[in-house]
Amino acid sequence: MPLLTVKNLRTRFSTDRGTVRAVDGVSFELEEGEVMGLVGESGSGKSITAMSIMRLIKEPPGRIEADEITFDGVDLLALTPAQLRDYRARHISMIFQDPMRSLNPVLTIGRQLMETLQRHLRMSARDARRRSIELLEVVGIPRAEKRLDEYPHQFSGGMRQRVMIAIALSCNPRLLIADEATTALDVTIQAQIIDLIRRLRSEMGTAVIWISHDLGLVAGLCDKVSVMYAGRIVESGPVREVFYRPAHGYTLGLMNCTPRVDDIGHRLRPIEGMPPNLAEPMPLCPFLPRCEMAVAACRESKPRLETIAEGHVASCHANLSAYWRKEKVA
Amino acid sequence: MAFHDASTPVAVEPNYDSGFRMAMRQLLRNKAAAAGLFCLLLIVFLAVFAPWIIPYDPTQIALSSKLHGPSWEHWLGTDHFGRDVLARMAHGARVSLSVGLSTVAFAAAFGVPIGLLSGYVGGRLDNVLMRLMDAFLTFPPLLLGVAIVGLLGADLTTVTLALGIVQIPVLARVVRSATLVVREETYITATRALGAGSWRLVFQHVLRNILSPLVVQITIVFSAAIVAEASLSFLGLGVQPPTPSWGRDLAEARRFMVDAPWMFLAPTGFIIVSVMAINFMGDSLRDSLDPRSWVRRAVTSRETPRASADR
Repeated sequence: MPLLTVKNLRTRFSTDRGTVRAVDGVSFELEEGEVMGLVGESGSGKSITAMSIMRLIKEPPGRIEADEITFDGVDLLALTPAQLRDYRARHISMIFQDPMRSLNPVLTIGRQLMETLQRHLRMSARDARRRSIELLEVVGIPRAEKRLDEYPHQFSGGMRQRVMIAIALSCNPRLLIADEATTALDVTIQAQIIDLIRRLRSEMGTAVIWISHDLGLVAGLCDKVSVMYAGRIVESGPVREVFYRPAHGYTLGLMNCTPRVDDIGHRLRPIEGMPPNLAEPMPLCPFLPRCEMAVAACRESKPRLETIAEGHVASCHANLSAYWRKEKVA
Repeated sequence: MAFHDASTPVAVEPNYDSGFRMAMRQLLRNKAAAAGLFCLLLIVFLAVFAPWIIPYDPTQIALSSKLHGPSWEHWLGTDHFGRDVLARMAHGARVSLSVGLSTVAFAAAFGVPIGLLSGYVGGRLDNVLMRLMDAFLTFPPLLLGVAIVGLLGADLTTVTLALGIVQIPVLARVVRSATLVVREETYITATRALGAGSWRLVFQHVLRNILSPLVVQITIVFSAAIVAEASLSFLGLGVQPPTPSWGRDLAEARRFMVDAPWMFLAPTGFIIVSVMAINFMGDSLRDSLDPRSWVRRAVTSRETPRASADR
C-alpha cells in the first residue's frame, strides 16, 4: 500500500471573477521513503496541491475535494480539526519557500523547536531541549546549545532553512513536503540543503514531496517527477524516463527554459504566451495555445493521461516520446 | 552523528529571562526613556510607600500652618487647610496610578481579545465587532465619563469603568490592524502546518508579534487615563473628598494661584511629569520589544560575529 494516495484532488477558490480551479484533478501515489518532484511554473498549482494535502487551505474561500486522500490508510479529508492538528508535523511536515519569513521572529529558535516536540511527543521541557540540540546538530548547526537561545534574525537564510528542517523533522514524520525549500537560497547553500535532505531521507526513510521549478535539482534528488500545468499533472514518471524522453510539449518547453552550465552556446527557449485563466472552462489541452508540438488531434479533443512506458504517463496527443525513440533508432 | 544520542550531558536550562533583560537594556539605552522610567519609578515609589516616608496625613487639617510655602518641614508647602501638599501628591499618585492601571487592565481585557478575534477570524465577525467599536468611539470620552459617573455615582470603580470603556475600541483597533498583518505571515502558516491550534496561534504567536504596537498603545491609554481622571476630579466627578487626587487639588488651588502658587504647581507638575514619563517610555518601547533591535553588541558579538555579516 502506498504511503500517500491522492485521487482526483480538486481545489477551488471562489472569487469575484468566478471559481478558480487551482488544482483540477490531481492524482498520484507516493511510496514509503520515495522522493517525488513536483514541477511546473508559478501558478500551476504545485503549492496548492501541497497545502491541500496538509489541509492548510482556508475554507472558504477555498474548497478541497478529492475522491481520495489517504495517508497510511487514514482518510485525511475525514479527520476532525483536532485529529488533523495531531497529524501535522507528527506524520506529515511541511517546509516553506522563504526561510527568512517562516520562523516566528519574536520567539527563540529553541522555543519554536521545543513547542513542536512538547505538543506532539508530550516531552518534558528538559527532554525537548535536549532533543532540540540534537536536532540542530543533525541539520548541521554548529554550537547548537548556544544557538538554541537565539532569535531567527541572528541566523542566515541557509541556517534558518536548516532550523525549519529540524523543526519539520523533529517528530520523525513519514512524509515531508518541501515547497520550494531552496529557491530563496544561493546555490552552494542549496547544495548543502539538498545533501541534508538526501541524508535524512536515507537515515530516517522519510518520503519527500519536493516542489520546485528547478528541473536540474529535481533530476538530481527525486525518484520520480510529476509535471503540473494549469492545475493538473500533465506528465509523470521516473525522473530519468521523463527527462530523457519527455512526452508532453510542456515538459519539453520547461526543459528548453532550463539553463545548463556545461553548454555555453545553448540558447534558452522561453515558452511563449501566458498560462491560461483557471477560472475559464478548458475543453481542450490547456497548453495548446502555447504548444509548439501541437497536432491536429489537439484541436479536437482534450488528451487524457495515458501510459507511455512503465510508470510513465502523459496527457498529450503529440506523444513526443515516440519521437525520441524513433530518433534513437535512426 | 548519532540521531538519538541522549547520553551527552547538555545544559537544559534556557535563559528564560534573557528576552526581558534584553528589552530593558535596549530601553535604557534611550536617554529619554531612561529618564521617563526613572520618574515613573519615583512616582510609583512615592505612591506605594507614602504612609511610611512622608510623616504627614494627607487629610489632617492644621489650620495653624495653612498656606505655608515650601520649607524643610513641608517640602511642597501646605494648602489652605494646612495639609501637607507633598503628602497629598503622594496619596493622589495612588489614585492616579491605580485608576490608570485598572483602566488599562479593563480596556485591555476587552480590547485585546476583541481585536485579536476580529483580525484573526475576519469576515462577518470582524464587521460586527468593529462596527460595535465604532459605536463606542462616537461617544466623546469625557462626556461619557461624566454620564456614567452621574448615573452610578462617583467612586474609583465607576471612574475606572467610565474611562476604560472609552479605551476598549482604541486598543481593539490597534490590535486588529496589527493582527491582520501578522495573520498573513508565512510563519503563521508554518506554525499551523506544525499542528498548532488556533488558540495557540493567536495567543502564542500572533499576540507576541503584535506586542510592540500594543504596548505602545497601552502606554498612551495609561497616560490618557491619568489625564482623564484628573479632569474628572477637577470637575468634582472623580474620587470624592477626603481622598486626595491631583485633579481635585488642582481645582481647589485655583483660588490661591497668586497667594500660594505651590498649591497648583505641585499637582500640575505631577500630572505633566507622569504623563511625559509614560509617553517617553512608550516611544522607545516599540523598538526595545523587537528582538531584532537587541543590538548585536549585546547578544551576538560574543558568540557569532558572523550573523551580522550575512543578513
